[in-house]
Amino acid sequence: MKKRKTKSAISSKYLLLIMTGVCVIAMLIGFTFNISGGPLHAVAGYVFIPMQKGINRIGGFISDKADSLENLSIVMAENEALKKQVDELTTELNTIKLERYELENLRELYDLDQKYPSYDKVAANVIGKGSGNWFHSFTIDKGSKDGVETGMNVMAGSGLVGIISEVGPHYAVVKSIINDTSKVSGMVVTTSDNLIVYGSLQKMSESMTIEFGSLNDRDNEVEVGDPVVTSYVSYDYQQGILIGYISEISTDSNNLTRSGTITPAVDFEHIEEVLVILNKKQTTGD
Amino acid sequence: MKRKVIVAIIILVCHLLQNAVFPSFAFASITPNLMIVVASAFGFMRGQKEGLWIGFFCGLCVDLFSGGILGFYALLYMYIGFFNGYFHKLFYPEDIKLPMLLIAGSDLLYNLAVYFFMFFFRGKFHMLFYLKNIILPELVYTMLVTIVLYVVILKINQRLELVEKRSAKKFV
Repeated sequence: MKKRKTKSAISSKYLLLIMTGVCVIAMLIGFTFNISGGPLHAVAGYVFIPMQKGINRIGGFISDKADSLENLSIVMAENEALKKQVDELTTELNTIKLERYELENLRELYDLDQKYPSYDKVAANVIGKGSGNWFHSFTIDKGSKDGVETGMNVMAGSGLVGIISEVGPHYAVVKSIINDTSKVSGMVVTTSDNLIVYGSLQKMSESMTIEFGSLNDRDNEVEVGDPVVTSYVSYDYQQGILIGYISEISTDSNNLTRSGTITPAVDFEHIEEVLVILNKKQTTGD
Repeated sequence: MKRKVIVAIIILVCHLLQNAVFPSFAFASITPNLMIVVASAFGFMRGQKEGLWIGFFCGLCVDLFSGGILGFYALLYMYIGFFNGYFHKLFYPEDIKLPMLLIAGSDLLYNLAVYFFMFFFRGKFHMLFYLKNIILPELVYTMLVTIVLYVVILKINQRLELVEKRSAKKFV
């Protein structure tokens, strides 16, 4: 015990010396590279700011509710109806755009009877989020007993949410398109150029967007705001489901392809109800 | 038997809390990791063997609802339960510093492992970004929840040990 005490006394002296040295070095670095206290502030900021933002959002949400309590129900009902209308119209618009493109360019290649939103769908409620903060997935309350199978596409409103990756009798796990490992073949509606959409945890937490790449657009016709839908070349996804709108675009260093980010059409933070498309993509492999 | 049932209930409740309740309390879409608290706490409270098993089942729960390959999280949580078992000899119920430290360390190592295996190997090298935006916020949030959750688990475990001692005496 005695020995330990003396030992710790010596080591604490050393510790003091070491810490003094660390402080001096930190100050010198701060002066020479002009980043005074930078890392500490940064760490504190990155640890606490996201939470403060969260708390603020809850606070804002509550005060918002309190302010508009009297006409809340009217507005909510109206909002609901309008949202439904927007979803319907967006789907319709996409269909029309796609159909026009088809008529103009590929009349002889496509079967004219093909109609995109005529899929059988089943509505499901989101009952839980996947564990952990690394991968975006969630659980829905419909499973194999309701005809849900792995590989079926999942929509919310008019936009693509993801794909069923696991099925239980009364639940299914949906791997969303913003999941870091997700890849979707997409198509720009305005120019019918194909691209690949990648889910990205980093882009999602920075700017609520997902990445895309391999866009072969030689004439630079694709612009910010253009809608992107699932492509006919996709292996897993039905054709013509809205993924989102291009929010950023730049030419790759190879000067051949372009890449950028897409703002998803679905608000992934607040998904409560989804639609599972019961038709699975038929590919030549089947 | 009684212990097994109660531990299973603890795992279930924590899993539900983590998947259904805490997402609505998520700060900047970060939720705490309750399973790591369970795996780690039973590891140092009960030793390596029990930590290993409980960790495994915690991981399995996570695996089942993550939509990824089965077994990865089970393996990870199992190791966490096991290595926390090394600290069983140092563990005293009155001391809260060691458990907090162990759980924090477990959460950090767990997330670093997930990053290295699932992100780094796929060419996502912005480690600092993930550290600042996922790992550290989750660590802080998990520690806040641990203060409550750990005490609950500790009390349940003490109660169970008391009952087990009594019934052991009866047999002798």
